[in-house]
Amino acid sequence: MSVTSPVAPPATVPPLDPSSFVRPRRRALREQAVRLLLLSATLVGVVVLAVLLVDVLLDGLGGLDRQFMTSYFSTLDPGSSGVLAGWTGTLSLMVIVASLAFPLGVGAALYLEEFAAPGRLNRIIETNLSNLAGVPSVVYGLLGVGVFVYVLDLGRSLLAGGLTLVLLILPVIIVTSRQAIRAVPGQLREGGLGLGATPWQTAWKLVLPQAMPGIMTGSILGLSRAIGEAAPLLVIGAAQARRATSNPLDPFEGFVALPLEIFSFVGAPQKELQALAASAIIVLLGLLLTMNTIAVYLRNRSTQS
Amino acid sequence: MATSAPPLNPLAARTSRPGERLIIHVLRLFAGVSVLTTFAIIVVLLVETVPFFRDVSLKAFFGDTVWQPFGNLDSEQFHVGVWPLVNGTLMITLIALTVAVPLGLGAAVYLSEYASPRVRSTLKPTLEVLAGIPTVVLGYFALTLVTPMLQSVLGADRVEFFNAFSPGIVMGIMIVPTIASVSEDAMSAVPRALREAGYGLGASRSEVAVKVVLPAAISGVVAAIILGMSRAIGETMIVAIASGASPTMSLNPFVSMQTMTGYIAQAVGGEAPRDSFTYRSLFAVGSMLFVITLGLNMIASRVVRRYRQAY
Repeated sequence: MSVTSPVAPPATVPPLDPSSFVRPRRRALREQAVRLLLLSATLVGVVVLAVLLVDVLLDGLGGLDRQFMTSYFSTLDPGSSGVLAGWTGTLSLMVIVASLAFPLGVGAALYLEEFAAPGRLNRIIETNLSNLAGVPSVVYGLLGVGVFVYVLDLGRSLLAGGLTLVLLILPVIIVTSRQAIRAVPGQLREGGLGLGATPWQTAWKLVLPQAMPGIMTGSILGLSRAIGEAAPLLVIGAAQARRATSNPLDPFEGFVALPLEIFSFVGAPQKELQALAASAIIVLLGLLLTMNTIAVYLRNRSTQS
Repeated sequence: MATSAPPLNPLAARTSRPGERLIIHVLRLFAGVSVLTTFAIIVVLLVETVPFFRDVSLKAFFGDTVWQPFGNLDSEQFHVGVWPLVNGTLMITLIALTVAVPLGLGAAVYLSEYASPRVRSTLKPTLEVLAGIPTVVLGYFALTLVTPMLQSVLGADRVEFFNAFSPGIVMGIMIVPTIASVSEDAMSAVPRALREAGYGLGASRSEVAVKVVLPAAISGVVAAIILGMSRAIGETMIVAIASGASPTMSLNPFVSMQTMTGYIAQAVGGEAPRDSFTYRSLFAVGSMLFVITLGLNMIASRVVRRYRQAY
């Protein structure tokens, strides 16, 4: 093949304009400036994160004591208010959400990756998952009110809130579990089938254990998203249904969670209560940090093996 | 949705054991829950939105610029013009994008074209941490730190305690990770050969980044911005905390505004009874929110798919 120039050479070469030459020193300087500009754009997020954490710690560490963890929110006696209802509510929510979202999400992911015939239905589910992930959480709250609070008649209860959060994070868990399952090498499946295992035995005893660390990481990250959500619970109105005598472990009673308590503290007219918002934020961020550390630990352990 | 399933799925073969078939059917039901969720969202929204529009006309909803859906339907003060809520949403989203687009794109270009693998592997997870901060915490940040700062710089007489500017800025910071990570994916997917051709022609690193990589990844970048916009429109807690609860038609970012999400958060806080007009109005506003965000997400995924075909 002969090499031909794609463009015909111009008949007359235009005279060079000396001002279009960029002096090398100035050019190098400009390069440095651009690099610096881009680096600082990247660092803005990091700096804001640091400022936020320092600000919250400065405001909230003082109010964070034993009494804060063991007493309830009170507008009558703002000085001795605490987040007992919030953190117990959040832990109860975690139990409900984890025990439902995990099996549902992993089961769905296992089906979609291992058993579903690639076809139209699968594509519909896939498009659907990506669309669901973009639905604002406040709309999930409306879904929770309509379906769980009224149609299933659960009232503005812990269970209604938990189920709403399950639906909210299900797409996240399914998508990350599918990625983990997909990463399991195909030979493992072929080996299992070749040794006479049934498809289900292969999926359950060979594929799933291999994918488990990735699934756990994704599920914990999904769960930590659920724990930080306030909007859907706010819409359900669970906090208004909570009575002073409500047992935080009873799934059919009203409840509050840490994000909701933070919201009430921030919006409270009393200065003493506003100051406690930062203390409640420290408790929430501490819980999320713990969960993320576990997730990262699981991810690192799985990449080592 | 990133990669398709492997072409041959060895376990897709039919199992002969009835018990296993049952298990697989149950798993299929699990997968169906997500489809059912979409269906349920649409039904729940429609069930209340349709009677809402039996009470008020579409003209009253889209043709009025005052939002006061409280009290008696026949009273003089009663107005259901949705535009103040749309105005609040758009103002705050616009402020957020003004912050997030330059920062997010700058971060994406830096991470994809400049950063060494080591720097990248520390900066990327840090940005992800920012994305994981609960939005109620960001709302606290907007109200107790950003707003007082704005007031001391611009004057407390100009900047109201509840305003659109402060939650807009914080929301912009919130969507930086979204914009950065989606556009960085697009930029990393640009073939090396294009960059090398640029260097071969004597272009510098910044010239390659801006004149070669950015145009080649433009659809991914556009999709990233649309996704960020959709997240900003759907965000609730930051605005519920820091922008106040007064629906405003103003273009002044320093006054209190209410967004569509803010209205939903505020009105339910007031415990609307099920048959009330207020209750239905939540779902009418929710329907609008759902349609807008869904539309934006679908546009974004279509744009991404089109760009994938290019390489």
